[in-house]
Amino acid sequence: MTRYPDARGHFGQYGGRYVAETLMPALIELEQSYRREKRERRLFSEIGPYLAKYAGRPTPLWPARRLTEHAGGARIWLKREDLCHTGAHKINNTLGQAILARRMGKSRLIAETGAGQHGVATATAAALFGLSCEVFMGTTDIQRQSLNVFRMKLLGAGVRPVDSGSATLKDAMNEAMRDWVSTVRDTFYIIGTVAGPHPYPMIVRDFQAVIGREAKRQIKQAIGRLPDCLVACVGGGSNAMGLFYPFVGDDVAMIGVEAAGDGIASSRHAASICGGSVGVLHGAKTYVLQDEHGQITETHSISAGLDYPGVGPEHSLFADSGRVSYRAVDDNAAVEAFHTLTRLEGIIPALESAHAVAAAVCIAPDIGKGGNIIVNLSGRGDKDINTIASLMEETLR
Amino acid sequence: MSRIGDTFQRLKSNGQKALIVYLTAGDPSLAVTERLLLAVGRAGADIIEIGVPFSDPTADGPTIQRAQVRSLKSGTTLAGILDMIGEVGPRLSTPLVLFGYFNPIMKYGPAGFADRARRAGIDGLLIVDLPFEEAGEIRRHTDPAGIDFINLVSPVSGGRRLGRIVADASGFLYYISVTGVTGARNSLPADLEERISAVRDITDLPVAVGFGIADPETARRVGAVADGVVVGSALVSLIEQHGGDEGRMLEEVESFISSLKGSLTT
Repeated sequence: MTRYPDARGHFGQYGGRYVAETLMPALIELEQSYRREKRERRLFSEIGPYLAKYAGRPTPLWPARRLTEHAGGARIWLKREDLCHTGAHKINNTLGQAILARRMGKSRLIAETGAGQHGVATATAAALFGLSCEVFMGTTDIQRQSLNVFRMKLLGAGVRPVDSGSATLKDAMNEAMRDWVSTVRDTFYIIGTVAGPHPYPMIVRDFQAVIGREAKRQIKQAIGRLPDCLVACVGGGSNAMGLFYPFVGDDVAMIGVEAAGDGIASSRHAASICGGSVGVLHGAKTYVLQDEHGQITETHSISAGLDYPGVGPEHSLFADSGRVSYRAVDDNAAVEAFHTLTRLEGIIPALESAHAVAAAVCIAPDIGKGGNIIVNLSGRGDKDINTIASLMEETLR
Repeated sequence: MSRIGDTFQRLKSNGQKALIVYLTAGDPSLAVTERLLLAVGRAGADIIEIGVPFSDPTADGPTIQRAQVRSLKSGTTLAGILDMIGEVGPRLSTPLVLFGYFNPIMKYGPAGFADRARRAGIDGLLIVDLPFEEAGEIRRHTDPAGIDFINLVSPVSGGRRLGRIVADASGFLYYISVTGVTGARNSLPADLEERISAVRDITDLPVAVGFGIADPETARRVGAVADGVVVGSALVSLIEQHGGDEGRMLEEVESFISSLKGSLTT
């Protein structure tokens, strides 16, 4: 099996470093520090105890009996990343990068956030390690994710509103990159997903791969073999990459679920692989949503965390090679899955994760009884309560 | 030698420094850009950088971001810009550098782009988000077309990396004065002169300095240590300010460019 990325940070034709020269030395420094720390094993041995005693790992692998009955086919297992400290898988990565930042002598963390989960997880790591923190967030997202905005403020982070473009995740990332260009000497940019310039897709993947390693061990223990299929939602794609990566060499099907918004045909969606084409965005070559002139288009998803016009470059490689199959689930199906999981299992999922649940319910009959599916339940849904309430025309006070 | 190289050489033999100006094509419309190019050329610009707008300009500050938004709103495309340059080019003796981000060019197709850019009379290409490591896929087409590939050098590009950038560059080197995005600034780094002479030590290419230079006095000071000075956001601000009154805009732009040119000539 070929190991990716290659020495220049490419995943096949994807990835790389498409950034201004001002950022290149910082990216090279980051890559060198990361590789050295990894080689000398100090980094991951320092992270281990934080994951166990602070983030609450390992997270359980829950056999969702009533959801399985409802879907009528393969058994559905939920990898409970929603039970991580701060409520999503994002903490796996921010603890890792914050520890790396500290080892590199950086005193300030910056991050971009869409749903706010990565922002909260970064603010949390900053509080834990006594680093200063600023989080860039689109004003559209600030409105629909007000709970997470307040959590970040409580944690001592500054939230910098971004109102350029569509005022969502991609614009927050633009602004974080602009900040980083000016502050690169003392600032560490914690990217929250497997996107961005090399080495981020590799670093975030490595920090999130703990999800897949645990799931593999847990499912083997539970059923004595590997599962038939893995399902995870894909915005930038960090929770999916975290679950998938340790299974890449195994005979296990994988499905990445993008956000179809109002439907792929509507052009109001965020499905970069299913409905996009190859381009360069945020420092990497990958599938993006763009018009025929190469301008990035505005996206839509009910889920702020999936509302992004690009995807991690390694996902683009997996899509081309067919190792992972990608499909898209629209807003309505995601909301329906949100309610289904809540009522049948007593678990309120993040709207992002609800996309994966919807896809799993769909494919369970195809795989059939006797089969096993692992769904990455990447986050909990408290942050989405307002969105759901307004759909139900209920007002929360 | 290219028109860009000729220009630097001619200025050097006259004891002058190059005035390089940036404006965003299509701000507020391609028709106005055409007239702005002629005005800027008339007023004494030695090289013009024509910005291709992009939806996600991560290396630009607010002024040039807004210009790109205006340009995209007016329906500007890379193909439209090349058409406009092809038409205005013969009336313009100033070398032209296309300045932008990689995605619109990649979407256009590097081979087709190189051909059309050459026919339109583009002299140089500067792609902000394409460091030398990734530049092969476009230079494979633009080098044979005789288009200079302008490399950026930043205050943090040191040692071996600097050597590699310089080895690869043509036309001139664009030295970014500050670690930051584009935009007018009140002051420039104290060690600017030192850093530029470090670049000069390893190359015979002309070195132009950009980012943050907004007025004749700063241009003069930077011109004293560099071969050329790039002014972008300050000009774009003028265009923004007088967007509703084209006659006034052209007047203000011409007089601004003349004053900058004057500061580099004496």
